[in-house]
Amino acid sequence: MDLKKFFINQNSKKQLKILTCGSVDDGKSTLIGRLLFDSKSIYSDQISQTKFESEKYGTQGKEIDLALLIDGLQAEREQGITIDVAYRYFETEKCKFIIADTPGHQEYTRNMATGASNSDIGIVLIDATKGILDQTRRHTFILSLLGVNHIVIAVNKMDLLNYDKKNFDNIVHSFEKLSKNFNFLSKRYIPMSALIGDNVFSKSKKMPWYADETLISTLESFDIDKSSIGEEFSMPIQWVNRSSSDFRGYSGTISSGKININDEITVVSSGERAKVRKILTPDGNAEFSFENQAVTISLDKEIDISRGDIITTDLDKIKIADQFSAHLIWMHKDNMLPERNYIFRFINSYINGKITNLEYKININSYEKIAAKSLELNDIAYCKIALSKPTFFKSYIQNNQLGSFVIIDQFNNLTVGAGMIDFELRRSSNISWHDMTIDKKKRSTLNSQKPCALWFTGLSGSGKSTIANILEQKLHQLNKRTYLLDGDNIRHGLNKDLGFTDADRVENIRRVAEVSKLMTDAGLITLISFISPFKSERRMARDLFDTNEFIEIFVDTPIEECEKRDPKGLYKKARSGILKNFTGIDSDYEVPSDPEIKLKTLLKNPEELADEVLDFLKVNNII
Amino acid sequence: MTFNHLKKLESESIYIIREVAAEFTNPVMLYSIGKDSSVMLHLAIKAFAPNKIPFKLLHVDTTWKFKEMIKFRDQTIKENNLDLIVHINQEGVNNKVGPITHGSKTHTDIMKTQSLKQALNKYKFDAAFGGARRDEEKSRAKERIFSFRDTNHRWDPKNQKPELWNLFNTKISTNESVRIFPLSNWTEVDVWQYIYQENIAIVPLYFAAKRPVIKRDDMLIMVDDNRLEIKKGEKIEEKLIRFRTLGCYPLTGAVESKASSIEEIIIELLESKHSERQGRLIDSDQIGSMEIKKQDGYF
Repeated sequence: MDLKKFFINQNSKKQLKILTCGSVDDGKSTLIGRLLFDSKSIYSDQISQTKFESEKYGTQGKEIDLALLIDGLQAEREQGITIDVAYRYFETEKCKFIIADTPGHQEYTRNMATGASNSDIGIVLIDATKGILDQTRRHTFILSLLGVNHIVIAVNKMDLLNYDKKNFDNIVHSFEKLSKNFNFLSKRYIPMSALIGDNVFSKSKKMPWYADETLISTLESFDIDKSSIGEEFSMPIQWVNRSSSDFRGYSGTISSGKININDEITVVSSGERAKVRKILTPDGNAEFSFENQAVTISLDKEIDISRGDIITTDLDKIKIADQFSAHLIWMHKDNMLPERNYIFRFINSYINGKITNLEYKININSYEKIAAKSLELNDIAYCKIALSKPTFFKSYIQNNQLGSFVIIDQFNNLTVGAGMIDFELRRSSNISWHDMTIDKKKRSTLNSQKPCALWFTGLSGSGKSTIANILEQKLHQLNKRTYLLDGDNIRHGLNKDLGFTDADRVENIRRVAEVSKLMTDAGLITLISFISPFKSERRMARDLFDTNEFIEIFVDTPIEECEKRDPKGLYKKARSGILKNFTGIDSDYEVPSDPEIKLKTLLKNPEELADEVLDFLKVNNII
Repeated sequence: MTFNHLKKLESESIYIIREVAAEFTNPVMLYSIGKDSSVMLHLAIKAFAPNKIPFKLLHVDTTWKFKEMIKFRDQTIKENNLDLIVHINQEGVNNKVGPITHGSKTHTDIMKTQSLKQALNKYKFDAAFGGARRDEEKSRAKERIFSFRDTNHRWDPKNQKPELWNLFNTKISTNESVRIFPLSNWTEVDVWQYIYQENIAIVPLYFAAKRPVIKRDDMLIMVDDNRLEIKKGEKIEEKLIRFRTLGCYPLTGAVESKASSIEEIIIELLESKHSERQGRLIDSDQIGSMEIKKQDGYF
């Protein structure tokens, strides 16, 4: 073997990331097994282990079951299903391939989106005996949404139909119709049999009517690297490299364009400019560098740059906003609720924010737009998003690194969603905040009291309103200015348009929190009596207030006791099914983990409990 | 301008390594002395050049590593001016746990898995780099680049966070931790090609030489010290051998080979018919064994 030639050849190989998608039993694992087997990426000991397992779990009789090579985890070996995204590697004379294998089960859309987010080419597998299914429509949609621009439609199991051309033509025709909805850059159709190997690596002799390339040659021929020459240089700052000596550099991976020594860059957050003095690439110091390379850049003067910033040669190409519209994929079984706080993960920062408007949900089988109030696992939607501070980005279509984000639950840190930015909304910059000359402090001095929000939370019938009422009377006797916001009363006026779904409950609390904030700002001691069952919304309310201004009071009454009291007969209705979404019965109450005050109602009467709150206010110098 | 496959892998790994340094409070790099660790260390040095790498290295020493490995380890640390922590499960040593007396399963569990957990708890590391690759073993193919572990360091394959684009979720709760695999997308050939191109030093045991071995359970076991008891019917032979993978010496089989340079190793690899983990006894002691070990907290 000529090693020199080998290395030259190895070095010229391009990297192709491909995603295989198909529905259950389309033969996806068999196809990947075939690709690995025919590219000689499987060693003999792996084959013998698969043979051993084939006899135990296989579906191909005495034959080796190629799918078992792929189904890595033990559980799925036993059940014969693929449960997660798996990555596989093989190479040919021209390319190195990384395959993401994602499951075709309806409930696993999130895994396919995950695979698609890092793929250049999508292979849509269609079982020739079944034709186009709902899942085919779904997979095509997700590929398009995630910007996988090159697709191969692999019409598999042709062997079961005697390699009949008419079947293939019908599927091509139907898929052409379906894909009119999308803009793929390239699209190829291949009739094949993964099980037998027809048109995978070698041309099938059984389908002389098919004149085009095999699957492998087709994949190798795609030109996936869209050249970014001509685009501006941009690089998000990942790490500031400071050394004990005089070196200070800024590390990151270039997201677009080319940078040369002496080019002038601008820091987007501050507008400060500097010239590039050195470019340190993985190969050492260089005169220039390109998109996708991890570099460290030093500048001709000291300016303030940190992680979370981006540097660029053209400020106009980078958008900055705290509100934007985006496509969203929901990936968690806990529903997405508008106005709830989440953490948004961008390329080099975490920012708090929320989905303010759920414009519509997309039925990914029919591509219809549907109105929605919340999102469930695997839903895809178009939304408006508001962040607690501005960030930089590009639209996802322009640059998928700068145009994407993931959404993280602020309590359990799970990844619950992912999004692709469409465009920025200018609303925030049009409304400027009016600073008032008479402020909260001046008002509170006049009132000789410290304003605060006393937030009563607890089950229906726990005694919130009773205690709050007595407390307000006591405060009034002390000449304190107060106002009591009560759940039932507010629902008759301000919130009469809201029902009791999770989404409406969130909006209910958001409005009340905002109103109580205004009242506190006006200098009042505000008492708020709402079930407020969700941690996130109580946290959202708390975040609106200054430190020590928000006092959470958990009225702790066991549900059995509430149900026994049942002052409004609501539990009875809920138990009989007349009343839906009732907290404690068929809707959750999340117990506060760390309230300022906890009132145990079984031990004391409402009068004594109100005094407990009063004592707290005195001890903390509020009254 | 586009980069070839290896350059893309290199930049991807550097990005991952920097991301960990930026987002975690107390990361550590698991250094196993093998070729993958050498490549990972090389990439870390590049990621933070001209500075020192901003975290320590940790070697979990089972006390059954080849002598040449330990020598190479100490030399690498010295030459590159690195900070190394060596951890040994003292309880295991006190109970005289070893692969020969206790078998592969118990030895690996106590001296490797338990020992690793001890070290992670002791130094309160919230992130640990490992050199594992997805092409090594089937269950690894499904693992994330940022792999979350609960407070007991356990991996739950059915409950992994989805990983989209290069937006890694680095948020964890107290006492949870993350294992990070920067070489996830590298294959064995990629690693060797990179070692060749970058001239990365590796343990000499990877190269063929005459070494004393015995044949046991169809494996060639090197006689590295006198703890290996020679059974009746076994005899020590000098053979031209090398190792494709390095672990504890009584558990790691050698292959007969003439490959004494990296070029020759690559040729042998391309022409070979056996996968690299075949020399590892610990993968095959039960069906799905790597997956079970990983769920317990093994790397």
